[in-house]
Amino acid sequence: MLRIVANRLIVAVPTLILVSMLIFGLQKLLPGDPVLAMAGEDQDAQVIATLRAKYHLDEPVPVQYALWVRDVAHGDLGTSLRTDVPVASLIAEKLPVTLQLAVMAMIFALGIGIPAGIVSAAYRGTALDYGANVIALSGMSIPNFWLGIMLIFIVSVRWHLLPSSGYVPPTEHFWLSIKTMLMPAFVLGAALGAQLMRHTRSAMLSVLRADYIRTARAKGLLRGAVIVRHAFRNALIPIVTVLALLFGELLAGAVLTEQVFTIPGFGKLVVDAVFNRDYAVVQGVVLVTALSFIIVNLVSDVLYIVLNPRLRRS
Amino acid sequence: MRTLMIAAALTIGVAASSGAAAQTSGQTLRIGLQEDIGSLDPARSAQVVDRIVFASLCSTLVDIGPDLKFVPKLATSWTTSADGKTLTFKLRQGVKFQDGEPFNAAAVKANLDRDRTLPTSNRKSELASVDHVDVIDPYTVAIVLKSPDAALLATLSDRAGMMLAPNTLADAAGVATHPVCSGPYKFVQRVQNDRIVLEKFDGYWDAAHYPIQRVIFQPIPDTTVRLANLRSGSLDMLERLAPSDVPAVKQDPNLRFVSVSGLGFYDLTFNIANGPRSNTPLRDKRVREAFELAIDRDAINRVIGAGIFAPANQALPKSSPYYDAALPFTHRDIAKAKALLKAAGHEHLNLELTFGNNTVASQIAQMLQAMVQEAGINLKLRPTDYAAALNAAHNGDFEVLFTGWSGRVDPDGNLHQFNTCSGNLNYGHYCNADVDKLLNDAREKPDVATRKPLYDAAAKLLADDDPIVYLYAQPWPFALSKKVHGFAPYPDGLIRLRDVSIKD
Amino acid sequence: MATSSTSPAPPAPSSHAVAEAPPRRRRRRLARFMRNRAAVAGAIIVLIVIAAALLAPWLSPYDPVQASFLSVREAPSAAHWFGTDELGRDVFTRLLWGARASLLAGVVSVGIAVVLGVPLGLAAGYFGGFVDAVVSRIADALLSIPFLILAIALAAFLGPSLTNAMAAIGISAMPRFVRLTRGQAISVKAEEYVEGARAIGLGDYRIIVRYVFPNVLPPIIVQASLTVATAIIAEASLSFLGLGQLPPAPSWGSMLNTAKDFVSQAPWMSVFPGVAIFFAVLGFNLLGDGLRDALDPREA
Repeated sequence: MLRIVANRLIVAVPTLILVSMLIFGLQKLLPGDPVLAMAGEDQDAQVIATLRAKYHLDEPVPVQYALWVRDVAHGDLGTSLRTDVPVASLIAEKLPVTLQLAVMAMIFALGIGIPAGIVSAAYRGTALDYGANVIALSGMSIPNFWLGIMLIFIVSVRWHLLPSSGYVPPTEHFWLSIKTMLMPAFVLGAALGAQLMRHTRSAMLSVLRADYIRTARAKGLLRGAVIVRHAFRNALIPIVTVLALLFGELLAGAVLTEQVFTIPGFGKLVVDAVFNRDYAVVQGVVLVTALSFIIVNLVSDVLYIVLNPRLRRS
Repeated sequence: MRTLMIAAALTIGVAASSGAAAQTSGQTLRIGLQEDIGSLDPARSAQVVDRIVFASLCSTLVDIGPDLKFVPKLATSWTTSADGKTLTFKLRQGVKFQDGEPFNAAAVKANLDRDRTLPTSNRKSELASVDHVDVIDPYTVAIVLKSPDAALLATLSDRAGMMLAPNTLADAAGVATHPVCSGPYKFVQRVQNDRIVLEKFDGYWDAAHYPIQRVIFQPIPDTTVRLANLRSGSLDMLERLAPSDVPAVKQDPNLRFVSVSGLGFYDLTFNIANGPRSNTPLRDKRVREAFELAIDRDAINRVIGAGIFAPANQALPKSSPYYDAALPFTHRDIAKAKALLKAAGHEHLNLELTFGNNTVASQIAQMLQAMVQEAGINLKLRPTDYAAALNAAHNGDFEVLFTGWSGRVDPDGNLHQFNTCSGNLNYGHYCNADVDKLLNDAREKPDVATRKPLYDAAAKLLADDDPIVYLYAQPWPFALSKKVHGFAPYPDGLIRLRDVSIKD
Repeated sequence: MATSSTSPAPPAPSSHAVAEAPPRRRRRRLARFMRNRAAVAGAIIVLIVIAAALLAPWLSPYDPVQASFLSVREAPSAAHWFGTDELGRDVFTRLLWGARASLLAGVVSVGIAVVLGVPLGLAAGYFGGFVDAVVSRIADALLSIPFLILAIALAAFLGPSLTNAMAAIGISAMPRFVRLTRGQAISVKAEEYVEGARAIGLGDYRIIVRYVFPNVLPPIIVQASLTVATAIIAEASLSFLGLGQLPPAPSWGSMLNTAKDFVSQAPWMSVFPGVAIFFAVLGFNLLGDGLRDALDPREA
């Protein structure tokens, strides 16, 4: 077990380096000088020159990259070119917001997806199954930003039920915080719940066909008990693996959801940074995202081994 | 099913009201902004929207009235020497910075020196004419110039004249993230992309005239969502209402629509001499004139602007004492446009319009495309994002550029950088020695009477050469809840909270 | 974002590969597909979308880009079935033409991803060793950047246009095909017939093309169909953010980008493009599902 973890972490390092080089290189190719954007309306030539020198933007790209790596090694992720705020503090500020959105979305997804998937598998072939499948596919096919716009229009503009934008930290006002996140979390979680439902169903079905299930039924166990105690426990394995995959989709979906609902999270931070050519922020955010991906995948792999006793022996 | 939905709605409604109550206790004004601000350091600030926040956070030496005349603020009176090279200010006494420090001439000098010498200061070119600052006595400060600068007073009514607490100036990072300034409201908190919170500074010298206790600025770029927040009561006012929302706000009994024509303008800049792409028929001023003749500004105002895009024919705003009312407007005349193009030898023309993509710009671009098509000009549209548009402008990578300028109080601010041969913002590289001379002279003359003739002459030359087609004046449309009293819009678009209050 | 990704463990290669003669195999798969009502529905929807895209010039009652400033933001009526937009253009017409952009975006993006990803995956899976290490590292690196963020950065670099958006989406989707193909190639490589081919002395290239690739194909087809759905949504998302096809060219995503500013005054501008996207994506998802069921009977 420990060997696997260590192995994965070692492999993670070249991946991270590659990721950072990729994004760094990509940004440098972006047309549009960030210094011009920073210099604002007045476009003072003196200021532009000073800013260029300050942020080493005149140096060749490999040199800039090396400087950045050196800073990161010292824990300095740079400063936002637009607002002079340190990138690390921006990330620390925005990450909990997106995390809250992600967690609430996951709750929706799990709460809808898994029960629906189990029921669908249990009643396979019936109208319930087909209906659930169609709903799931529909959930996956709706563009989440469109769903967001429509919900804002109906729920906030027309019915005045929920706020249409903004963020309230849960420490400040817990219920208002939940309320503000309700629509965005639902929008984000709906598509994922749909996918989760299908994966759960397919995992359950392949498990239900297995021999040990037939043995359990032959032993006279009730159908419900079979499904929950035996089938589901074993279906958990592929489900857990898929959750790691869905985590990536969560972050990607958060980008759009945060734009539509004006949530000051990670996604909005990085989109704005790309548009403003705020290199340091994009670098920092992508690095942190890649790192969290690797960690999530690692955790999922470990869980996979834990849940599957057959693999534990290695 | 229906009862279930009603029950759910009621529960949410109860929760909503309890939440709302917690937000509006006390005199708190919540303002919706079009975009998030940049740096909180006046010396580093580069965006228009920053000034809206600064208006409450920092006081300037002088301010402007609704008529654009200068009024005392931190300075009570000022005089200019006979040769125009020394500007002496008498300062207000008994003023404190938000950390308790006393405001005096030394503080002014510290701030101005910082604006001029901080390596990353964006105010340097504005203060380029300043040679040094002298402290005459604790409440008198003299600014000595290298050459007369008529625009200096206007500059000191903007960010260059904002006074930060001297003890905090050494820490640049601190100033950018939690500034200590001299305005009626002090900084409390800033969450990027979410909010900026200011609280009343009780030690402010004019505190009695500021009933609002707390100001919260919320950047909400989506115009629909911003208005939805105003309607639902989550905001008390918003700036830059979308033109398409104007009729709805006017009809809403709970909202008030307040608009003023701003100091700035939106224009089409032609690439006359900037790089290889300037090698187009646009070098011929007849072609430029024909382009302008194909444009129907009133139609733009009607269809896209909902009546608030007042047509413009010059760089200066109508509210300015330097506005040339005698300058004629060019009205749409397709026949004349075609004749001019024919005379220039280009009956059919292919041109490209570059613009930073947003809803309004996109609509205007498409409308322009349709309009100039009738004169025989095939206009290709090239939308880009803002940063790329700026890049294209600098590098001359455009033929026609749709761009805007937020405007300055002094006419020099709207003209010099755009139309002089070496102007920073002269993207088309237009160069006319006569215009240069007029604009440079006008900078050094002391008053309206001596400057206006120069600006009038320049305006005529510019209208004749047509390097820039001014489309419309930048408006500042505000939407307010009926609960907000005492708000008056200014042409610079700033939200001044003196005597503004919230009453149910 | 709706990617119906492959199941966690790569399915074992179908032993039908050499057991049955190709024509009978194909007929059985087709029969299986036709029995699945949802799959057939998906195929029909896809055909409708393709038809709309191809026949747009003949089916449209109006010009998609001609502005008409007198009929700005009109509600749906007999003259304009889906209403008009902010410049007076017929929404229904623009939807039909928008199908072209979306379909193109979907198909070309996936084409790019397949053309780039499959050979890389085959090489990695078949040759293993150093090639595998390099390719896998690159694929992992690309996969650890959220798909949309990578697409945004690429599209911003290339500039907002449909072509660049397609390239960005294609490159971002490539790693999935690399992974999938690689896994399949590894499984197939171990099969006896491949060993036999090598024993005869067939070259690597021959083996890959004639034996490995055809057996790797079915899951790729399934994944491709499902990725078209993702690509359509991705293009709409990029256009929504202002990075894909920009106005005045019609594209469902950019129509939504403009429409969101007019939601209160002209909700029909937002409703119909969204429904169109949903419809098209649903079609490809159903089709992909049906193909998966037909091509690999073990997946129920």
